[in-house]
Amino acid sequence: MIRALLALMLVALFVLAWQGVATLGSVDDLTLASPVETWGALRDDWSLLADNAAVTLVEVVIGLAISVAAGVLFALAMHLVRPLRDAAYPLLVASQAIPVVVLAPIFVLAFDYGIGPKLAIVALICFFPITVNLLDGLRSTPPELLKLMRSMGASRLRTLRSVELPASLPSLFSGLKVAATVSVIGAVFGEWAGADEGLGRLVLLGNNQLQTPRVYAGIVLLTVMAVGLFALVALAERAACPWNRKERLV
Amino acid sequence: MQIEAEAPTMEPLSFEKVSRRFGALSALVDVDMRVSRHEILAVVGPSGCGKSTLLELVAGLQEPDEGTVRVLGDTRAADRRAACAYMPQRDLLLPWRDALGNAALALECQGIARAEARRRAKPLFERFGLSEFERSRPNALSGGMRQRVAFLRTLLPGRPVLLLDEPFGALDAITRTDLQEWLAGTLAVEPRTVLLVTHDVEEAAFLADRVVVLSPRPGRPVAEFEVDLPRPRSAADPALAQIKAEALEVLRR
Repeated sequence: MIRALLALMLVALFVLAWQGVATLGSVDDLTLASPVETWGALRDDWSLLADNAAVTLVEVVIGLAISVAAGVLFALAMHLVRPLRDAAYPLLVASQAIPVVVLAPIFVLAFDYGIGPKLAIVALICFFPITVNLLDGLRSTPPELLKLMRSMGASRLRTLRSVELPASLPSLFSGLKVAATVSVIGAVFGEWAGADEGLGRLVLLGNNQLQTPRVYAGIVLLTVMAVGLFALVALAERAACPWNRKERLV
Repeated sequence: MQIEAEAPTMEPLSFEKVSRRFGALSALVDVDMRVSRHEILAVVGPSGCGKSTLLELVAGLQEPDEGTVRVLGDTRAADRRAACAYMPQRDLLLPWRDALGNAALALECQGIARAEARRRAKPLFERFGLSEFERSRPNALSGGMRQRVAFLRTLLPGRPVLLLDEPFGALDAITRTDLQEWLAGTLAVEPRTVLLVTHDVEEAAFLADRVVVLSPRPGRPVAEFEVDLPRPRSAADPALAQIKAEALEVLRR
């Protein structure tokens, strides 16, 4: 309760400071919209913003789903097949080293103008934290526990199901939290490379058309989206790993 | 209910001229040892003398470099493994399973469905006074309780040979005494062939029918004590103190 109050106060403080800076005479209105102006844009352009936010949210959610499916499969395969892990790990890291901003236009060329390139970029960004965290989690089982399982006659599959997978859940969720927050960035990059709808595109357009309050309204919505996704993952973690409740929500 | 588990005629456990090396390091040299049916044999020795290696050899988790380890007449690792239940030093309970589920894990490893495994674990919890903790997760249990659950997990698959690796090593002195008495009581009603490894001479003398003292590395049996005392024993029995003193004397040499 006190923690929530504190967090709320901090947000309020931030908004106040933002308002203060924005009202300074020396700050250009085109660079910085004040919270009041942003709120005005949110209210006036709500249906436009909401429609575009829905488009972006769909990209983010489907992209995340793809990356979770691919990440879990990949991590499991790498965990179970040692040579694959050794061979694929550098590739995995390389996949993250490629600047996505550069890839985005290529994806647009490859997948056309629709939702395809956005999903590809979101999935590419989110794949890494999910795979790496899950893989680390799977490998973190204490060796004595594996020995015990062996002494009890457990099959490889049984050990995976009863020990390694549940033990890796907290790591998987850590990966998911990172993925949830960066997924929104991925969708924005995707839209910047070429799109005719979505919050990212709206922000870019607003910037070109000098509609600064609308740009800030878009940014606020994108942030809310990322924080909301993060909170959802944290909730899911609480439900899925009730034994692991050291940290509290937000 | 007895958990049935016997192939009665075979000698449960024997070491014949067993040696085990790790690279240049000799862990065990020339170990000759036999354990008869339902006997509790305690092996004591200084740390690093290869006590845990001894257990892992029996459990089929390691192979000897020389000599033969036989469990119920079998020398193949898989057969040895199938005849033994191994209890490691740490309880290693799964934090996401309740106590009953943790004990049932041993049965699930044999392909028994979870619900059935839990059903079979239940009577054991009732018999050994753990009923009210069935649904507790390990983090809600005390160290002593956790170790009891770990022991039931070891007992449950009905393997004829139990291998206990410093089972109470991590517990405080009072809990430890408690658990030693509990274990003695449990084995009295659920008799098994037991190989117990410990560095605590007192614990060895209190629990075992026979105590073997291993030398410092490389480990080799250097002395043996019969503990020919009636059960239930009292930890305060002067005869136990006598054995303890003699074994310590050997260990200090």
